Amino acid sequence: MSTTLNYNSLPEADEAQLRTTALRVREHIIRMATGGGCFIGASLSCADLIVYLYGRHLRVAPSRLDDPNRDYLFLSKGHDVPALYGTLAELGYIDRDRLAAHLSPNDAIYWHPNRRIPGVEFHSGSLGHLLSVAIGVALDIKMRGTDNRVYVIMGDGELNEGSIWEGLLVANAYGLDNLVGIVDRNEFQANIRTEELIPLEPLASKFEAFGWSTERINGHSFQEMEGAFGSLPFESGRPSMIIADTVRGRGCPSIEWRADRWFMRLGEEDADLLMRELHGGEGGTLAAEPLVVR
Amino acid sequence: MDYQETLARLAEADERIVVMTAENRAAIRDLPLRLGKRFVDVGISEATMIGAAAGLALRGRIPVTHALATFLTLRAFEFIRTDVGIANLPVKLVGGVPGILSEANGPTHQAIEDVALMRGIPNVCVFAPADELELVEGMQHIVEHPAPWYVRFNSCAAPVSHSPFQIGSAEQFGDGNDVAIVTYGYLLGEAMAAMRELEALGVNARVVNMRTLKPVDTELILHVAEETRLVVTLEDHFRTGGLYSIVCELLIANRLAAAVFPIAFEERWFTPALIGDVLEAEGLRGPQIATRVAGALEAESMTPAAGMFNGLRG
Repeated sequence: MSTTLNYNSLPEADEAQLRTTALRVREHIIRMATGGGCFIGASLSCADLIVYLYGRHLRVAPSRLDDPNRDYLFLSKGHDVPALYGTLAELGYIDRDRLAAHLSPNDAIYWHPNRRIPGVEFHSGSLGHLLSVAIGVALDIKMRGTDNRVYVIMGDGELNEGSIWEGLLVANAYGLDNLVGIVDRNEFQANIRTEELIPLEPLASKFEAFGWSTERINGHSFQEMEGAFGSLPFESGRPSMIIADTVRGRGCPSIEWRADRWFMRLGEEDADLLMRELHGGEGGTLAAEPLVVR
Repeated sequence: MDYQETLARLAEADERIVVMTAENRAAIRDLPLRLGKRFVDVGISEATMIGAAAGLALRGRIPVTHALATFLTLRAFEFIRTDVGIANLPVKLVGGVPGILSEANGPTHQAIEDVALMRGIPNVCVFAPADELELVEGMQHIVEHPAPWYVRFNSCAAPVSHSPFQIGSAEQFGDGNDVAIVTYGYLLGEAMAAMRELEALGVNARVVNMRTLKPVDTELILHVAEETRLVVTLEDHFRTGGLYSIVCELLIANRLAAAVFPIAFEERWFTPALIGDVLEAEGLRGPQIATRVAGALEAESMTPAAGMFNGLRG
């Protein structure tokens, strides 16, 4: 582990642009948490990863969504979809105005992803599904002999699901080096810390033991992402896993690392307060009721 | 031509077809050599097989998946419902040893709620062949059909000679007006034997082989209910959610009252044994079915409700 990375450096201007996009995406996420609310904590933890992937790494574009040689990204932890909606809006896959239709029965922008939104490859919501769907896509790409890749973002809590471990075995058996798993390692299940409930560590060695070549990075560092994603596949003939250490609620200190700030419905004042925090302003106490932690 | 030869030829003619299995190779053991990379064995992981099949279908493939019916429809149920059903992908789900074909394996292997589960998923169709001939002919239609399909695999010898297969079209044997035995799958042979026994008892019977349970041949079911005194539903399935339920739903939806006598497993698993002994123990041999049907017909003719039904029918 950690010996294969090239650490290509990300040009400063590109990094600045990714930062700007990520900031816009987090603004979208906060707005989507008003009204009916959204899973804000998990959305903020993986926002940088999704912005990096769509903004810099994936060989996909609004103009080539039907191209069989594009890269595929599957969001297996579907409740973090506001980060994806925001990214798709910022990068021209969907109209920014469409985000205002969040939870409207007249649009398909709801709490979990679905294919009616351009750029969304498959629906999710039930945890533990999309690693296997990604395996099917990766198998087909292998059969056809093209060089595109399949990426699947999983939550760390999602790793409780047995189907994930079935999928890890199968991907190893078929030597799917065109398949890339990404764990959004924010250290929380829905409402309790992973290590307090079903401990995952040592996580990297678990994946290694299942035959996946694994790297661990800071999931908020575009430089580290550039190093890791730029080195894929980590080993020829083996699937790659990237454990991205992240912070739940990242960007808004008053809800960071909080088990009780998982799903939130924000009033306008709370949204303003989080927006101020996001832009480096002073924090405060939210009026929104925290979730009861079991 | 047997099942695997049929599948091999279909796959050789259509590169979209991928054959998958959760290490259940009995019926397809020669296909790895014939199909190469288009044969995918995921090991004993039904859920992952179905998820991967959905992924392959997203890429334009037609995956024909194989596992024991009980593990396919139960262990992988949510993957079928969520990945295949919601997306309406053309994945074919072939369940081995369904119903009494699991013989002596015991309740773990008894897929006798499979029809209820699979037909309950929007978009998923259900094919229950009576024998290998029907399976082979039906597969040629089903593989090319755009829907997801559950196939209640059955490679037994044919007890009848079939009319040409058509999706949504049942076939009828005999034209007796006293009783119609409506069935599907392996029990067709016993239903035919029961019909002959009933004729000997002076009861005029007919047998309907459903072939596909979804889409269902509504027209024939209603026709049969109008023309006969008693409709018997015969199935190796729980009474809930299978053919009995299908027939009752159709009758009610069409405001048709008819006497329906279910022969099915009621709130219990069947006796594990070799198939001949299962049939005997469960009263599913032709002569046993005939006796049960004759009794039901007798009871039906004595119930006051029978007159009401007949009146409504008129």
